[in-house]
Amino acid sequence: MLDTVLQQLLIGLTNGMVFALVALGYTMVYGILEFINFAHGDVFMLSAFVALTLCGALGLTEQSSAGALIGGLLLCIAASSVFGGLLNLAIDRVVYKPLRKAPKLAPLVSAIGVSFILQNVGLFWGGMSMKVFGGGGQAAAPKAFPNLLPATNLLGATSHVTLQPKDVLVIGASLFVMVGLYGIVQFTKLGKAMRATAQDPSAARLMGIDVDQVVAATFLIGGALAGFASVIYSLYINTVHYQMGYQNGLYAFTAAVVGGIGNIPGAVLGGLLLGLVRAFSDQFIGAQWQPAVLFGILIVILVFRPAGLLGSTAREKV
Amino acid sequence: MAALLKKIGGLPVLALVLLAVYPFAPVLDWGLEAATGQALHIDRQLVNIFIFSLLALALNLQVGQAGLLQLGIAAFFAIGAFTTGVLTVEKYPFQIGFWGALLVAPLAGALGGFLLGAPTLRLRGDYLAIVTLGFGEVMRIVLLNLENITDGPRGLNPVPPPWLPTPIRDGLSTNVFGAVAGDASVGTLRAMYFLALIVLAATVVCLNLLEKSRIGRAFVALREDELAASCMGIEPARIKLAAFTGGAALAGLAGCFYATNLTTTAEPNTYDFNYSIMVLCCLIIGGLGSLRGALLGAGLLLGFDNVISPLLTRLLQTALGGESTHVMASFSNWRWIVFGTALVVMMRLRPEGLWPSSRVAEELHETQEESA
Repeated sequence: MLDTVLQQLLIGLTNGMVFALVALGYTMVYGILEFINFAHGDVFMLSAFVALTLCGALGLTEQSSAGALIGGLLLCIAASSVFGGLLNLAIDRVVYKPLRKAPKLAPLVSAIGVSFILQNVGLFWGGMSMKVFGGGGQAAAPKAFPNLLPATNLLGATSHVTLQPKDVLVIGASLFVMVGLYGIVQFTKLGKAMRATAQDPSAARLMGIDVDQVVAATFLIGGALAGFASVIYSLYINTVHYQMGYQNGLYAFTAAVVGGIGNIPGAVLGGLLLGLVRAFSDQFIGAQWQPAVLFGILIVILVFRPAGLLGSTAREKV
Repeated sequence: MAALLKKIGGLPVLALVLLAVYPFAPVLDWGLEAATGQALHIDRQLVNIFIFSLLALALNLQVGQAGLLQLGIAAFFAIGAFTTGVLTVEKYPFQIGFWGALLVAPLAGALGGFLLGAPTLRLRGDYLAIVTLGFGEVMRIVLLNLENITDGPRGLNPVPPPWLPTPIRDGLSTNVFGAVAGDASVGTLRAMYFLALIVLAATVVCLNLLEKSRIGRAFVALREDELAASCMGIEPARIKLAAFTGGAALAGLAGCFYATNLTTTAEPNTYDFNYSIMVLCCLIIGGLGSLRGALLGAGLLLGFDNVISPLLTRLLQTALGGESTHVMASFSNWRWIVFGTALVVMMRLRPEGLWPSSRVAEELHETQEESA
């Protein structure tokens, strides 16, 4: 029993880290623009496709040499992060930016539209005639992501709790990125500008902050985080699918809301909490109920504490 | 009578008359069949369009009229469909038939809408969107997992066709040009066709009256400015709940028709987030808050899915020379790019939709001028 609980704690923690990384992108954009970027999850998904394509192009498999694996992994992470960041930035420039002054419904609906377009691109991408994708006829099928890390149990082969190198990678790398983000937001000039813009965009503009640039930086960072998360998530789950962005995006968004949307530490807290709830509900309630449990929590939190766990209860501006 | 006709305008009446006659003389079908060599069964498509229009009108009441952004309309559609299923299939002792279900399904939808709306409608716009989205997913998962009740992924079937007096049923299976009496499937199809058409027409008339009524004006007032409306003595909580419950009831009604027309409740995964978004897509293309826009949107969307898309796929296949199995060779796989692009482009260039109500168009252009 204790072993089961420990194991689920570990699974929850690793999943939660990934949710947190994606949730950060939602929460940062929401904090500044008050807008739910529905396409964020699909940026995550397409970044995973970039990593998978790269793995296929480099011919990385479980049997590759250790040096090739580490190099390939770093390359995947770099490529996916850059891709995610640039894609997110491009979407903002082309689609959302012209709608800044439109009624709130307009960017939201556009984001849903972009999300559909990206999912469709993912579907076509999956139909690429490359070995890792399984050929054109299998476009919609989930793709296997090569297991680039050894599947040994770090706690010893006799232990009932499994801790694999990939778990350590997910937790370690996520922590590293989160601390880095915290540093940027808290201690750099850009971070200060971001916080100021989130508080009051027009006042920030009056203080000489280039709000457009801050927004662009936010989309770039958020997208890069999603790209980074997509690689470690694919490594962890070992599958890539064109609809993975939709579900994980919704979970990550739930995490952002649970923590208090617009609140950066809140997104991390919410992600971890959601990961843990997911792991334990899968174990004790049943995996088929997973979405119902998580969205049920979302509804309950929004009804009883709409500002989330760490958010301040601000009155809606009139 | 003539004055009334003039008042509602000639176009809707003309459309209604044409639609009422069409199944007996499907000239368009004959023409297209002669041209392409393939039967399109426009009357069958039209039934689907009528039912989908009901659903679009339901969402329009919530999103378009009252401004409550709801992303889970499929949940209420599913409630209607599964209520109909449970009440009519042989598996259960109720078996109250289509007519009974037609009364109960909207009530079930309304109950669902009330229970969800009462605690959540005070949330601000985008939070409400997420709650309804979450509700839609929860509903789908619950229907999928309660296999004892809903038969899980198989869905409940067969849902029986509506009972009709024999003379009417016989009359429906006859063509103007030569009798084909006795073919039960033609009779059932036409029964569904006319029932859906009658209910749709009645709904449009009711919604039209509602729009001009006190409560309808309250919806619009709330949508435009909640603070100002509440200062004028409108109670936001009650009015919002009324719009939400009303829309949910209408969606339940549409669900009843859907299940009866398909003769099954279909699998719960049919009623997913994408389905809700498709309905929203109709409204946005047609024009949010516009009854005629919702109808146009529903027609365009289903027309694309069921007529244009297969046609283009065939063209694509011929162009590629034979049966290509590649994912891009089937036009239905381009569907989300088409709809996604439609949403993005509409929001940018024509946020009021293709056929907006004059009021919404005016409002939107007002704000644009203000912001310019």
